[in-house]
Amino acid sequence: MNAILNAFSDERLNPTESSARFAMRERRPNLRAHLRNLEAEAIHIMREVVAEARNPALLFSGGKDSIVMLRIAEKAFRPDKFPFPLLHIDTEHNFPEVIAFRDKRVAELGEKLIARSVGDSIANGRVVLRRPDESRNPHQTVTLLDAIKEFEFDALFGGARRDEEKARAKERIVSHRDEWGQWDPKNQRPELWNLYNLRMHPGEHVRVFPLSNWTELDIWQYIAEQEIEVPAIYFAHRREIVERKGLLVPITSLTPAREGETIKTLSVRFRTVGDITCTAPVASNATNVDEVIEETVLARLTERGATRLDDQTSDASMEARKKEGYF
Amino acid sequence: MKPYVDSLRFSTAGSVDDGKSTLIGRLLYDSKSILEDTIAAVGRATTKRGQDGLDLSLLTDGLTAEREQGITIDVAHRYFATPRRRFVIADTPGHEQFTRNMVTGASTSDVAIVLVDASKGILPQTRRHAAVSALLDIPHVLLAVNKMDLVGYSESTFKAIKSDFKGIAAELRIRTLTVIPISALKGDNVVSKAVDGVDNLSWYNGPTLLEFLETVSVDRVRKTNLRFPVQLVSRVKFGPTQEHRGYLGHVESGRIKVGERVVVLPSRETARVLEIITVDGSRKTAGVGDAITVTLDRQIDLSRGDVIVEATGMPQITDRIRANVCWLGNAPLEVSRRYLIKHLTRAVRATIERVETHYDIETLKATRGAETLRTNDIGELVIRTSQPLIVDPYWANHATGSFIIIDEATNATVAAGTVLSEPELDGGYV
Ligand SMILES: Nc1nc2c(ncn2[C@@H]2O[C@H](COP(=O)(O)OP(=O)(O)O)[C@@H](O)[C@H]2O)c(=O)[nH]1
Repeated sequence: MNAILNAFSDERLNPTESSARFAMRERRPNLRAHLRNLEAEAIHIMREVVAEARNPALLFSGGKDSIVMLRIAEKAFRPDKFPFPLLHIDTEHNFPEVIAFRDKRVAELGEKLIARSVGDSIANGRVVLRRPDESRNPHQTVTLLDAIKEFEFDALFGGARRDEEKARAKERIVSHRDEWGQWDPKNQRPELWNLYNLRMHPGEHVRVFPLSNWTELDIWQYIAEQEIEVPAIYFAHRREIVERKGLLVPITSLTPAREGETIKTLSVRFRTVGDITCTAPVASNATNVDEVIEETVLARLTERGATRLDDQTSDASMEARKKEGYF
Repeated sequence: MKPYVDSLRFSTAGSVDDGKSTLIGRLLYDSKSILEDTIAAVGRATTKRGQDGLDLSLLTDGLTAEREQGITIDVAHRYFATPRRRFVIADTPGHEQFTRNMVTGASTSDVAIVLVDASKGILPQTRRHAAVSALLDIPHVLLAVNKMDLVGYSESTFKAIKSDFKGIAAELRIRTLTVIPISALKGDNVVSKAVDGVDNLSWYNGPTLLEFLETVSVDRVRKTNLRFPVQLVSRVKFGPTQEHRGYLGHVESGRIKVGERVVVLPSRETARVLEIITVDGSRKTAGVGDAITVTLDRQIDLSRGDVIVEATGMPQITDRIRANVCWLGNAPLEVSRRYLIKHLTRAVRATIERVETHYDIETLKATRGAETLRTNDIGELVIRTSQPLIVDPYWANHATGSFIIIDEATNATVAAGTVLSEPELDGGYV
């Protein structure tokens, strides 16, 4: 990192220079101010929602964005307890490290975690799979909406960011859902200044995205600055994989190699973590946060393009799922 | 005031086909903010349309729902960075509902980019975009005179458009105006002045569009008096004897300092600041944008919606406000109905006492005698609220001078308002 910093530090600033180089030699105070602005905006949003919603919850999966959300919640409410429980919609197709991390973090914070699993939804007939090994990612919607009903939640904090995907780029920070949990992209409430409209009718709820204006790079720079711990699979480790459709697919009991595929052992890390059956790692040698930041600024693929097997199916798949009530 | 602005928010507005999508695509592409898979997808989409190369306007292409139903969603947010700054673009479509869209996207912009097609000159919509920029008091308006290639990069065409627009800006009392010639399609003067070594705009000596965005100075908060609206009162208590409640909030303007005397509004009770608490430790002072918890040296009846201020330069406490309002709702304003107003951290019932004037959105000329406002209309209202609001005029303080109106029946956000300074209302002030 330092070598790279020095390599660029005396060059004249060139406006066409890539953002990658920029991020590396950005001066610290500037970065701090930028992260403080993002952090303060997120805290403000969380407090507004807690003040106006009747029964909020925070979606916590053990992934990096939701880990950052917990830090924001600490900043917003400590020394008090969080004024909401944590909710994990569990596909049960998890990387074991992530679940172990989830439980450890919850215990450290002394907060309450509610877990509801897609497996329960399958058992009680609310979810029907076409194939036993299909991705459970889209089915989380049913489990999530059932949990919202069960606990009568009216506001759910999520860690989604607008830079992730083009449907998210058009979504509000406080995003209204009708009683079916559906998002209506063309009927969103105007969101002006920092005034959020949290009024809803019974049975409706809002999804709230305090990290809307953060980018993947901001998340990692914040993790570095705050010295936030994340699950080990975000760092380079050796793992058995096969190459499929230009992606690296991890070999697990749920995702065995197919006929004719060659299993290789590579140094990889995950950029996102989700359901095992649809989360692909990227080749990487980054063993710590600084090295991940370096790789992030040099990355040539978007976070979703590089890692999500399910989003590839169609350009519009996220949009379609969101409308049905997906995160 | 912030010591420096490390990120800049700008909005883009233009009539259909003025080249807005091409410009945003060019900024993202030339600043190398677009990653390979996205470029590949744009390449495929370009080919699908039977064209060669990369149609940059497709970079910001819409959702399936938008394409299928021929609609456009009012605002999309995009992010990019250069060595000097990070940028947030609020990209609002120029089609139907452009007033509503622009108001929705641009309320927190530092710069409003208004596009005009050099071969067409100023259009009625250009005036409207300028008017909305003025209404929202966006600190900088940048007129981008696009498609200079279509007019042979003519200096006189540029000058004529510039002088027309200067007239409009003066009428609207736009504070800072910059006019820049570009070709979004060819790239002239967007990121760099010359393209492939050819400088088509050799007569132009100002910054390129990106250089302007990278260097424009932004002063987001003009009013320096303390405004600290209370969001929440803590359940836990603080202090050695655990007897002080914490007031959670976000400093909207000015500074709050330990030991200083403050006034709590609307009760007007005074106290001294005992502590400024954050998870990262106690602080002596906090400034604009800081999210903090404050304790006071005396027990005061204080709840969400109250505002902690300093004793000098007090805001007005009033249950009657005069404001400019942009109507966003589908149903027109009804004078007889009750609405909700959300202002700072307070929501109060309100009725519209009267529609004072209705503005012609192209000239901003006021007509009296209007009875309602419809979607996209801008007018001046006199509003009566069930409880007092703590306001400053919008021009002096965007946070304490802005509000939204919510329809109690549908819960929709139906209007955005900016408070005017009109102290001589008949008896409205407490
Ligand atoms: N000649 C020329 N054409 C342009 C320029 N910028 C945009 N266009 C073209 O104008 C048309 C409309 O552009 P688009 O970006 O889609 O406009 P929007 O509706 O404002 O987003 C497209 O055919 C563009 O290629 C320019 O600088 N010069």
